[in-house]
Amino acid sequence: MSASTDSRPTTGGHRKGFFDTPSPADGTGYDADHPPRMGFFTDTSVCIGCKACEVACKEWNMVPATGEMDLTGTSYDNSSMLGASTWRHVAFVEQPVPQRAPVGLGMPGIGPGPAPAAAPGGGGGCGSGGGCGSGGGASSGGLPPVADMGDFDVLSSLEGTATDPGSLPAPSAGAGEQGPSGSPEGVRWLMASDVCKHCTNAACLDVCPTGALFRTEFGTVVVQDDVCNGCGYCIPACPYGVIGKRESTGRAHKCTLCYDRLGEGMTPACAKACPTESIQFGPVDELRRRADERLAVLQEKGEPKAQLYGHDTEDGVGGDGAFFLLLDDPEVYGLPPDPVVTTRDLPDMWKHAAMAAGTMLGALALSFLGARR
Amino acid sequence: MSAPERREAERGMPASAGEPRDGEAPAPDAGPSPASGERRGWDQLTTTPSEQGTLTGGPQDRGRPGASRRRRRGAEELMVPEAEFQSYYGRQVIHTPTWKVPDVPLYLYLGGLAGSSSVIGALADATGRPVLRRTARLAGSIGSIGSVVALIHDLGMPSRFLNMLRVFKVTSPLSVGSWILSPYSAFAGVAAAAEVGGPLLASGRLPRLAPLLPLVGPVGRASGVAAAVLGPPLATYTAVLIADTAVPTWHESYPELPFVFAGSGMAAAGGLGMIAAPVHEAGPARRAAVAGAALELGLSHRMEHRTGLVGEPYKIGRQGRWLKAAKALTAVGAVGAFFAGRSRAVGVASGVALNAGSLLTRFGVFEAGMASARDPKYTVVPQRERLEARRRAEAEAEAAAAAEGQDAGRVGSAA
Repeated sequence: MSASTDSRPTTGGHRKGFFDTPSPADGTGYDADHPPRMGFFTDTSVCIGCKACEVACKEWNMVPATGEMDLTGTSYDNSSMLGASTWRHVAFVEQPVPQRAPVGLGMPGIGPGPAPAAAPGGGGGCGSGGGCGSGGGASSGGLPPVADMGDFDVLSSLEGTATDPGSLPAPSAGAGEQGPSGSPEGVRWLMASDVCKHCTNAACLDVCPTGALFRTEFGTVVVQDDVCNGCGYCIPACPYGVIGKRESTGRAHKCTLCYDRLGEGMTPACAKACPTESIQFGPVDELRRRADERLAVLQEKGEPKAQLYGHDTEDGVGGDGAFFLLLDDPEVYGLPPDPVVTTRDLPDMWKHAAMAAGTMLGALALSFLGARR
Repeated sequence: MSAPERREAERGMPASAGEPRDGEAPAPDAGPSPASGERRGWDQLTTTPSEQGTLTGGPQDRGRPGASRRRRRGAEELMVPEAEFQSYYGRQVIHTPTWKVPDVPLYLYLGGLAGSSSVIGALADATGRPVLRRTARLAGSIGSIGSVVALIHDLGMPSRFLNMLRVFKVTSPLSVGSWILSPYSAFAGVAAAAEVGGPLLASGRLPRLAPLLPLVGPVGRASGVAAAVLGPPLATYTAVLIADTAVPTWHESYPELPFVFAGSGMAAAGGLGMIAAPVHEAGPARRAAVAGAALELGLSHRMEHRTGLVGEPYKIGRQGRWLKAAKALTAVGAVGAFFAGRSRAVGVASGVALNAGSLLTRFGVFEAGMASARDPKYTVVPQRERLEARRRAEAEAEAAAAAEGQDAGRVGSAA
């Protein structure tokens, strides 16, 4: 991933004005040569749901366990939702889809299968109609070394199972014909690694009464543990349900976009650990370009609902520093479809509160004016 | 959120199942929802009979966990047609506020009571109503001390209240509120101290402090006026405090909520004046109570109906019952206040009703917001509608622009 390796943020070259969009760090007291806005582009179309990001995040940031063994009972998702001790959350969406023709995936089978140059009776290779592991003709002679040691009970019994075509369904064909529910539907899996969006207009940061939340020179939003006094205001302010309060500390915690690693020019732990480059880290403008390209590819390939989420600088939060490519509507992944920073309406709220205070003062004065005494 | 609730939420129980205090057992599933046909089969795999009613399906679930409960409640509860929407296993989108009950709703009530009382106290002082003044000053001080205690209890430790005064941030209603509450508490405290200290010094039991006696009146009056200036903002800023969140019901209510809180505070302070002050002094308190009750009732009605779907939590569940009771108590109290000029007993009863109504209003509004945070419906449906409307408008604008372009082209070629 080029962006993560060549994006040592503190070095020169990335000057303000070079980039298409201004960083939210502009005008917050940093020198003009602060690094560009850094962020994540999470391409969920290649997420495999391995949760390496969740683990890497917990390890690097020393985020404690949420308490118990978390099992949702609904899917392979066991962290449920972002929170004080869940800074990366992998969502698992299981969708019934119309049945698709079986596709040979070319995966290796179990059992003897197509042993190279030594499968005399093996008629079934992978993808050749019958699917993998269904080489009915394969006998104990499939693997010469095994045949030599044929007196091993365990191995021969194992072979017996593996070579029986009826006992092991061919994996590629089986997945296509029936959904796991036994219905004639197929199932598709949508997996997505969710994270703090590091909004351009961040409600958590706006409403924090102590200044514990601040905007970094990378345009990200970080909580300072030692300043946070646990008022909890940021928690309902976040339109995405990201930041949470940890019972053990009584303070608010969330993704820092690995602020400590960024300072050293390193890639955040989750992006570093992601094996499929589903989580990409880099300057936000570069990521935006990459996201547009990837979206075009997916749309061309016939993903009708593929869409970018959080990339639009005109949206209710002014665009996200961490944005996503989704294969379905945001709410399917538990994301709000049209989030708005709550403080957008704050001037109007203050106006109404001032009018109400004036009404109160006037009404109370009037109730004394009419008094006889 | 209490610890068990939090654990439940983190374990991924659907939002509606995380309301054990609601007093409502999960309803048996009222059969497949009309839209559930498309996902037959999948349901059976993911839903065991024991889970039905709390979990009606996978992420494609368009019916909703709470739907059956609402349906069971009968037609009168169903103000808005059941909305179809998608969610992630029926799980809430935003976090439920971690603010504790009763700390925060109590703070909302005390802030309103104290803020209004200080105005009444200063005006009673100016118009020569000593008992009403004493009542109002003491209510202002006790209310503000109660507010600070509730806030500190919610924060966990006293030093954290001082952290609130680290900075002044106009974008944070809690910061603004801390800067209102702190000086208000000081001024209200001095005014109350003058109220208590005046008679004490006059009694001659503290001869050394006797020379201070002439100062008591002016200092009390000046502090009372300062508290009266800060009182109305104290009573109304709490509406901004809860509206300035992503909690759908609170946020969408922001235009009316400060007026509802102002009215509720006036009704409570007026009611307290009627309880404590003799009939001949309590005339302004009675009028304040009637005006406050009218303001509260009128604006809550408007708020609950204007907000549409996100106003639904005001009408359903236990908070709906609380708000209904609050309205009844406020109305009864206001009617009583109207006639309390003749009878002290009626005044006391009305005052109690008005304060109970004010308290219930705060608890009801608070719980309505909590309920709207727990249910993804109130977050997703309005946002999806807004998004679709914007897309339609954009498409129409594009089509109009294209048509115009064609027209222009035709005109150009004709010319």
